[in-house]
Order: sequence, then C-alpha cells, then structure tokens
Amino acid sequence: MAKSRPGRVMPVSGARPSDALSRAQKLELYYWMKLTRQLEERLVNLYRQTKVVGGLFRSLGQEADAVGSCFALEQRDVMSPLIRNLGAMLVKGATPVEVLKQYMAKADSPTRGRELNIHFGDIGEAGVTRGFLGQISPLGDMVPVMTGVTMSFKMRGEDRVGLVYVGDGATSTGAFHEGINFAAVQKCPLVVVVENNGYAYSTPTHKQSAAKFFVDKAIGYGVLGLQADGNDVLATYDVTKTAVDHARAGHGVALVELITYRRKGHAEHDNQSYVPAGEIEQWAAENDPIDRYAQVLRSDLGVSGSEIAAIDARILREIDEATDLAELSGTPDVREALVGVYAEPPSEQPLWFRRDAEADAYGQERPESWGTWNADGAKR
Amino acid sequence: MAEITYLEAIREALFEEMERDRNVFCMGQDIGAFGGAFKVTEGLLARFGEQRVIDSPISEIALVGAAAGAAHMGLRPVVEMQFIDFIANAYDMLTNYVATARYRAFLPCPMVVRGPSGGYVRGGPFHSQNPEAGFLHTPGLKIVYPSTAADAKGLMKAAVRDDDCVLFFEHKYLYRRVKDVMPDGDHVVPIGQARVAREGSDVSIVTYASTVWKALEAADLLAAESISVEVIDLRSLAPMDDEAIFRTVKKTNRLLIVHEDTRTGGMAGEITARVNETCFEWLDAPVLRVTAADIPLPYAPALEDYVLPQTADIVRAVRRLTAY
Repeated sequence: MAKSRPGRVMPVSGARPSDALSRAQKLELYYWMKLTRQLEERLVNLYRQTKVVGGLFRSLGQEADAVGSCFALEQRDVMSPLIRNLGAMLVKGATPVEVLKQYMAKADSPTRGRELNIHFGDIGEAGVTRGFLGQISPLGDMVPVMTGVTMSFKMRGEDRVGLVYVGDGATSTGAFHEGINFAAVQKCPLVVVVENNGYAYSTPTHKQSAAKFFVDKAIGYGVLGLQADGNDVLATYDVTKTAVDHARAGHGVALVELITYRRKGHAEHDNQSYVPAGEIEQWAAENDPIDRYAQVLRSDLGVSGSEIAAIDARILREIDEATDLAELSGTPDVREALVGVYAEPPSEQPLWFRRDAEADAYGQERPESWGTWNADGAKR
Repeated sequence: MAEITYLEAIREALFEEMERDRNVFCMGQDIGAFGGAFKVTEGLLARFGEQRVIDSPISEIALVGAAAGAAHMGLRPVVEMQFIDFIANAYDMLTNYVATARYRAFLPCPMVVRGPSGGYVRGGPFHSQNPEAGFLHTPGLKIVYPSTAADAKGLMKAAVRDDDCVLFFEHKYLYRRVKDVMPDGDHVVPIGQARVAREGSDVSIVTYASTVWKALEAADLLAAESISVEVIDLRSLAPMDDEAIFRTVKKTNRLLIVHEDTRTGGMAGEITARVNETCFEWLDAPVLRVTAADIPLPYAPALEDYVLPQTADIVRAVRRLTAY
C-alpha cells in the first residue's frame, strides 16, 4: 500500500481502495494492461513495415502505473498523459484504431495527420467527451495547463478532478515547478503523477535530481505526497485513488510518485547502450507488471488460466480488427494543411508559388512601368 | 463625456468585458489587492472577487499555461505580465503550446496576454522592451499594440472576445499621456485593421504604438517644408493589414517604416518584404526604416534617447525619401 514520505501524514488506514473493486473491474485492469502491451507490439510490426511514419514510443514494463492510476478517475475527470501513458489513454476511452491511425498519419486520425503518436485528446463538456488532453513534446508543460483546467473546475464548482503525468525528467523543468506550485496555492483539484522509470532518454535519475525520491518534493510544495510500486497495478490504483479523493474533497494538490522501470529505449531507434548490462533483463524476469498481476489474479481471485487466455485472445482479435480498419484509411488531403491555425481566418491562403505563379508574380505590376509616376498616372 | 487615459481605457475595457461575460477572468502578479504595478487592474478585485481576479505567484510559465487550460474549458482568461519583458519566460508555453493548440489538437485557446511595454521611460534593459517581433514569427498568435486610448479600449474588448490567443502590448509611456473621449456604446475595434492616423500624399510612414506619435510630430514639422506625410497606425501586427500598407504605398510611392523595437528581425523587415513582393513597381525610392539601434536599452536618459528613434530621425528619413 501507499508509503508516505517523512513529513507527510498517511491519509489512509485500514482498507485499501482496491479492495472495493469488483472481480470484473480487477479483470478489466488486466485487460487494459495487456491491451496496451499488445497494441504496442502491433505498432512495432507496423513500424518495421514503415507504416508508422514517425518514431514509436513504448511503455513496456510500465503498463501498470499508467492503467492503475488512470483507473482511479471518473469519466468526468480530465487526464493529461505523457508519452508512456498509452494505457491511461485506453482506460480513458482512446481506442486502438485511433492510436493506429494516429501513428500511421491517416486522414481520419484524431489529429488528421497533424500530430504524432499518442499526442491527441478529447476534452470539453463533462459527460460528453472522454476527458483526456493531448500532450505536447516540451516536458512539464502539461502541468500548468492542467492547473488551468482544474482551476476552471474550482471556479465553476464542478465535481471534477484533473490528473497529469510527468516523468522523472520533467520534474527538472520550470514548467513542472511553476505549475504544481500555482495549483498548490490555488488549491486546485489536481493530481500530479511522477512516473519514475529510471531514465529520461539516456539520462539516469541520479543525474536528473539529487533528491532521493521525487515524492519528497511534495513537502516543498506543501501538498500531499504519496509513493507506490508502479509495477503493482493495485498499489498504483490505491495511491492514486487516495490522491484523487483528496483532490475531489477540496484538499488541493497531491503528488504521487510511481516507481517503475523503462524496459525499452526512449523511442524505438534507441539501442539503450547506456543501460548497465543485465538491468533490463532482470526487470523483465522479476518485475514484469503483467506477469505479477496475472499471478495475483490466479492466487487471490482464483482466475483460471483459460479465463486469462480468453482475454488475451479477445485483445488480439480487437487489435487485428483495428489494424484492418486503420490500414483502409487514406492519407490527408494537402489542402487540409492550411486550415485551422486560427478560428478567424479559418484558413491560410496558399503561397503565390503554389498558386498561379504567372498571375501573382506579375499581375500587380504598376501599369506605367518603372519610373516616377504618380498614382493617378501623371508624370512627376 | 470626459476624456480618459490610455490606461483607464484598458481598465474600462476589462471592467466591461468582465461584466458582460462571467467566463472572463484576470490572473497576474500583484493585480488584485495592489491593482497591478501600473494600477491597470485597480478596482477589479473589489468588483469581481478573488475567484475572477487572481493574484499569482511569480510564474509566467504557469500563468500562460493555466490560462490555456482554463481557455480549453470555456473560460476567457486575461493574463498580465507585470512587465512585458517577462513574457520571455513564457515563450515556450506561448509558441509551443498555445499557438499550436487549435491546429494540432482543435483546442480553443481564447486568452489575452497583456502587459506594459516599451521605453522612453528610463526603465532600463528589463522594463522597456518591445518583444512583439519575437512572436510575429509564430503562426497561431495574434498581436495588437494600440497607440490611442480609444483603440486601447476597443482592441482590448476585441482581444477578450477573440477565439484565439491575443498578445496585447500596452505602451507604458502612453499609459497616462494620451487621452480620448471613448466612443459611445460597445466600442470594439476589429483586430487586423490599420488606421490612417494622418492623410498625406508625398511619403507614407507605417508605424504603431509610441512611434505613431513621433511620426505625427514629424509630419507636422515636414508640413512646414511642404512635404505631405501620410501616417498609418497598424494597431494590429498579427494579422497585419497588408491592404492598408499597399494602399498607402501605391498612393505616395515612398515608404518609411518606424518602430521603437530594435532593427534586426523587427517588424519593419517583414513589412519591407511584403511591400517588395507586392508593390515593387510602385516604389519610387527604397523602403527605409527608422528603428531603435540593435542595443539592449540603456538606463541613462541620454543613452536611452540616443538608442531609441526620435522625431528628428523620422524627419531626416522622410527628407531622404523625398530627395531620392
């Protein structure tokens, strides 16, 4: 269960929040984690076939932290994922076909071919949209943005909570600091989840921060700090649910550190040459979140091997169907490229060399030719 | 009706917009209880309360980011930079996040970032800047920079109502020095429309903000030499009123661009390029620029005045154009 760091009060005693989850919900946790992993495996295949036109980002080994934490949110809440939170997005309603189309830059992808990978979202009216906000690449920026999102909840008296993911690396940014601090003083209903996965690209955590644990930063911000084993999906759910309840009750910001491990490189191109020998293999063998949870399901809930196999088969079927659908979609029409930078004007004009070059380059010539002529045509 | 100052005009616009639309709210440093470093937001807290007039930590990134998040959810934040020089802290948030939001993610970002800008006030390198050109380069942002009190009010109301992010530059030299009687009713000046500040026939000066007044002063002096100067006040820098610029160039065939900002990479270079591409045949002389020197703005009055464009510089440049 949640470990609180020195200086913070343990908010929960007795029952774990996950005790209240039904058997079906506990199986759902498995489903989301496995779906995340299998969908990424499918993306690897498509990447190798060059059908994924950009980089590919994996969350291998981190599925529990994304799924378990997001599972603590309600549909009306808003979540802002980071690059290794595909699992959280799926929990919040993103579909495999959307993810596949997005990676393949299809015309009918969520961003119509404008943005990469899992950089997409769906927010707006509570109860109408799925409530996840697309990230941008500069790290930490989503923290202040989610401060504003949750500030709107507070101002309007809405019973909604925000949750934003950052990695260990993003905690070094000014945006992270300013965002969590502003949210703290405003008592915004915001949960900041720090996924400590050991590396930011190639930079190990000890070069990122001299703090022993990121949860210790909570003291400095005067917010609730909670920490859990990010590879234990139920523990992840427990701390995040506690944090979400804290925020929902009007007590303000909570910082949750989930300790996990990034088994793949920053992106698919990264050969992880900077990782000590044996480290990845050891995490894979001893601390795989899906293996661990399957064991819990079998031993604690009496879930049979065939029941798990049926979920696995369903996932593969869903991903096959999604892949077929995504492959059918076409690429974007180039005329769409100039649409929608502003609400007004709704579209930019093509540059003259993309229009009728003859007309545009020479059509505006001063009719009298070069020289000293007045606008009315009289010679000066 | 009584005249009010440029500063009071901005305050009046904020009051009226907050009265009109409960989604409008203000955030910034010392804007509530203290009323802002220049007192632009004085009285807002008493009228609208802490929920809508938010005193923030010293966090420009968080202010702009939180404004964006609130704007996504349907609110219309107005963020104050205590001095516009500090907007540099939020450059990433404005250019990477806010400016791209509609295009990349179909997210509305109706928000205003406003603040005291400009020199001639002995403010030194960090309380005198004109960083507008640094944002002109980024698609997705709108930029306005009024020179008159009436435009300050009308453009602020337009900015608050705009569905995209508007950077609203306020010239602090003009805050209490220029006044207007406000037009009746709901005075909104559309973004993207320049204004003919003075009609003329021999030379056009395209300018904005503080240097509108210097250009008008120069035009008076040049009238005594029988040189008729037309002065165009851009008011909006993004989108820019190209047609107004081309119209005046085709009328006078001579163009001087004046701005208080530094020279290299400034607005004038962009305007020159647009005129070159579209009005080359109408020009009877090269386009000239009068701008600040490419120098961080110094504090000492003699140094500041030497670096910034002055009326005499404009007069000299116009004479050169007419003599060409």
